[in-house]
Amino acid sequence: MPLGTHKATLFGVAGVSTGGDVVLLSTQTASDSSSLDFTSGIDSTYGEYIFKFYNINPATDTAIFTFQANATDSDSYDETITSTFFRVYHREDDSSAVLGYNTGSDQAEGTAYQQLSDSIGSGADESYAGTLHLFNPSSTTYVKHFYSRGQTYDGGNFAIDDFSAGYINTTTAIDDIQFKMSSGNFDGTIKMWGVKN
Amino acid sequence: MAMTLITTNTSSDAATSDFTTGIDNTYKLYVFKWHVVNPATDSATLGFQVNATDDPGGDYDQSPITSTCFTAYNNEGDSDARLVYDGGPDQANGTGFQGLDLSMGNDADSSGAGELHLFNPSNTTYVKHFYSRAQGHHSADYAWSTFVAGYINDTTAIDDIQFKMSSGNMDGIISMYGVG
Repeated sequence: MPLGTHKATLFGVAGVSTGGDVVLLSTQTASDSSSLDFTSGIDSTYGEYIFKFYNINPATDTAIFTFQANATDSDSYDETITSTFFRVYHREDDSSAVLGYNTGSDQAEGTAYQQLSDSIGSGADESYAGTLHLFNPSSTTYVKHFYSRGQTYDGGNFAIDDFSAGYINTTTAIDDIQFKMSSGNFDGTIKMWGVKN
Repeated sequence: MAMTLITTNTSSDAATSDFTTGIDNTYKLYVFKWHVVNPATDSATLGFQVNATDDPGGDYDQSPITSTCFTAYNNEGDSDARLVYDGGPDQANGTGFQGLDLSMGNDADSSGAGELHLFNPSNTTYVKHFYSRAQGHHSADYAWSTFVAGYINDTTAIDDIQFKMSSGNMDGIISMYGVG
C-alpha cells in the first residue's frame, strides 16, 4: 500500500487534531535553507507549543542547531535567555562516554541563539532529531519557560543526547520562533503542535 | 497515540490543585502539565501526592514513594552552573509530597512549567511509576531544570492526585491528559 494512503495519519494535517488534544499547526521543510521561521499560530490558543525536529542536516560540518524568539514588541530574534545545557555522549569507537554539564552551551541573560544540539555532522547520513517544548508564550505576566531533548549525530562520530532548558526573560508575548544553524544552511523538517489546556 | 485533555484546573491564590475524578482504567498513562505555576511564597516547591482507593477522601499522606531527583541549573550571573543529583527532594519510601518544580521565585514574573507522567494508576498488581521534567525560575534568579522519577509503592489503585506548594498558595494552570 502506498505511503500516501496513510500519510495524513502518520504525519498529521495542519490545523487538524490528529493526536487528540495535541493539534498539528504547521510543518516547514528546509532545503539548503538559512532558517525556518514560525511567524503565525503562536498565540493564546494553546498553553504549550511543541516543536519536533526531523532529519536536521547542516551544510557545514559540526554546525549547531539553535533557536531564538521574537517578542511582539520587537522585530528581531534577540530575546534575553537564561538556560542550562547538559548532555551524555558516547563515541562509535567506544573511546569516550560521558555525562556532564556543558557551560559552553548555556546562556546567562544572553541574547544569542539558544543551542539545542551539539556539533552535527554534515555527512549525508548525519543529522539531529529532537523536541522543544515552549510554555505559555503569549503570557504578558510571566517569563517563558522551555525545555528540549535531542539526539545529535556528532561530526566526531558521537551519539549525543542533548538536554537544554531555561526561560526567555521577558513578560512580553512571544509570537515568532526562528530555527537556524550556528553556521551555514540546513535541510530538515520542523513541525509545530499546540497543546490544548 | 492520542493525548486527550480530561481536566484543567485553574488556580488563583489556591492552596491545592486536586484531580479527584477521571483517573481510572480508561488510560494506561496520565500526563499532568503545569503550563504555568506561580507560588505566593518565595522559594516554594511544587509537589504532588496521591490517594489510593482504600483511602478515599484522604489527606494525601499514606502512599509511600521512592524516587530520584537530579537538576541542571545556571544563574543569571553566569557564576554557578552544574548538573547534580539532589538528595533533598528524593524520597525513600516516604509519604511526603514529591517535589517536582523546585524553589520557585514568587516575583510577579516568576513561574515554573513542566509535566508529570503517571503510568497505569488503576493497576492493582504493580507499583505505580512516574517521571517528570520541570523548568523553573528559581528564587535566586536561576534557570532550574529538574528531573524526578520513582514509584508509588502501593498495589492499590490510585484515583486522586493533589498538587500543592511546599508552603503557601499558588496561581497556575494544571491540565490532566489521558494517553492511549
